[in-house]
Amino acid sequence: MEPASHGLRESATFDRATIHAIQRAAETGIYDIRGWGAKRKLPHFDDLLLLGASMSRYPLEGYRERCDTDVVLGTRHAKHPLRLATPVTIAGMSFGALSAQAKEALGRGASEVGTSTTTGDGGMTPEERGHSKHLVHQYLPSRYGMNPDDLRAADAIEVVLGQGAKPGGGGMLLGQKITERVAGMRTLPVGIDQRSACRHPDWTGPDDLAIKILELREITDWEKPIYVKVGATRTYYDVKLAVHAGADVVVVDGMQGGTAATQDVFIEHVGIPTLAALPQAVRALQELGVHREVQLIVSGGIRSGADMAKALALGADAVAIGTAALIALGDNHPKYDAEYRELGSAAGYFDDYQDGRDPAGISTQDAELSARLDPAEAGRRLANFLRVMTMEAQTLARACGKAHLLHLEPEDLVALTIESAAMARVPLAGTNWIPGEGL
Amino acid sequence: MATLIDLAESPVRALNQALHSTAATSWRVRNPRGAHAVACGIREDHTVDVEGHVGYYCAGMNQHATVTVHGNAGTGVAENMMSGTVRVRGNASQSAGATAHGGLLVIDGDASARCGISMKGVDIVVGGSVGHMSAFMGQAGRLVVCGDAGDALGDSLYEARIYVRGTVKSLGADCVEKEMRDEHLAELAELLKAAERDEDPADFRRYGSARQLYHFKVDNTTAY
Repeated sequence: MEPASHGLRESATFDRATIHAIQRAAETGIYDIRGWGAKRKLPHFDDLLLLGASMSRYPLEGYRERCDTDVVLGTRHAKHPLRLATPVTIAGMSFGALSAQAKEALGRGASEVGTSTTTGDGGMTPEERGHSKHLVHQYLPSRYGMNPDDLRAADAIEVVLGQGAKPGGGGMLLGQKITERVAGMRTLPVGIDQRSACRHPDWTGPDDLAIKILELREITDWEKPIYVKVGATRTYYDVKLAVHAGADVVVVDGMQGGTAATQDVFIEHVGIPTLAALPQAVRALQELGVHREVQLIVSGGIRSGADMAKALALGADAVAIGTAALIALGDNHPKYDAEYRELGSAAGYFDDYQDGRDPAGISTQDAELSARLDPAEAGRRLANFLRVMTMEAQTLARACGKAHLLHLEPEDLVALTIESAAMARVPLAGTNWIPGEGL
Repeated sequence: MATLIDLAESPVRALNQALHSTAATSWRVRNPRGAHAVACGIREDHTVDVEGHVGYYCAGMNQHATVTVHGNAGTGVAENMMSGTVRVRGNASQSAGATAHGGLLVIDGDASARCGISMKGVDIVVGGSVGHMSAFMGQAGRLVVCGDAGDALGDSLYEARIYVRGTVKSLGADCVEKEMRDEHLAELAELLKAAERDEDPADFRRYGSARQLYHFKVDNTTAY
């Protein structure tokens, strides 16, 4: 029987997921740890629309006129800035959280379209370096696997202060994923639950960060762009401080950004949406007079060329994708539905990246499961997806009369809701009203 | 004959560029005046004598070189060192030897808080005392303290080993005193010899991880 058809009414406050969470907590005595990002409904880029050209604006011919997509990151101080063919990059995800095959596939896919991929907690693998034309190396609080040779081998360095899924939180890689290779790279015993610190061990605060960035530049002879990544919270202030600390590029990760293993309560209740963070970051850069000189990468729930175009229109120089990239590789594919169900999940719902039993061979260190993912084939799917994102964004940009994706601007946008208008600082559709800025 | 670089006349950039681009040789660095990132990122078998006090991250990520600071060192001396030897003749500030993977760090004087934080294989010998939270989350390597240790020594320790000659104000979560067996006396004697110290290994006590927090359990929540 379908309960609703018999007049039974589900509680909005105590919905089925909430009831299940209470029951699970009562049975286990431990909070839920999972992967993915925030699953709650949030104001997002879907709440914005682009204003195509008509009488007052002049469009570009969709299939004939150029709309360029290249972007240069790290122009402020680095001798060798990153030159990418498209402003969509792959966000940091660790070998350990992901299989070596998945990391290789990310490198292959990104390289095929001329963009960058990023390491994660746990260091750089030869597979990843070898298959990535542009590789950003993360410098994290744990410093697992950190060494100067890898820093020199990287194309850019990303100092990670936090991520959108858990701003202010450290990490946990559960023991089932700490294989001999992962443990060796992190100098840890095999099979233990590995903790990653939430703070860097040798600096506190933005003044120290400036000196840390100086050290990283000295070690790498000022060749590499230095990114600073923050989880979206007090974004306006964080971006200003990152610029003062000397960042070439600031990465802002909204609360929809993914994780491999974090407490559900943290994912859903800490941080702010990407849409709310992005305009704050742009305002901070503009006030410092460095918008476009210090490039801005935005991540957290980017899924399409439409999201990308809107983020660029709001002032980002590039976007980064993580969850969407994993889906492109094969995560949550319907062909694994039966196996997902054996794990208590289903295709389209699977978020147990912490568990290490991913049927798609992506968020696992199990040799048999990992072998299911063909890095070449998965890389090709990712490249396809990145191409589609880029073409979608070009389609929208041409419609707005732009000959380059980075020519999109806030004036091209309107909002569908009052919330999104207030956050994005663009007018509510059909009005001139930006909440907070008067009538 | 050592090459002389005077930081009153040349910027740190010129010093580090020279250290990065020449084959192994000897260097003297005059007038460091608390400069940051002095002699960091070396990957050759250089011998570098810094004649004065240095700021943050001196000899950071050192590989192979022998760097001696004839003065005090600021935060993060020899941070993430991979190999070689770094010696501070005076005192060191916070996070000395943080996350270092290898090599030997000797501090003749005292070290401040978080000495050896997240150490991953380095050996650290401190002639004086260390501040609170030293060897926090230490994963591998040995920390030898000839003086006293502050609060929360070895908190959340993994496999690093700690030897202290004086008093320990308090032990951190999951850090316990362990039996000093012959093999520990032998390795401690080697470390003291390498650091050119004459303390008697028999005067030290050994501390390590109880390994009770290696797996996240509900029963452990009060330990954090």
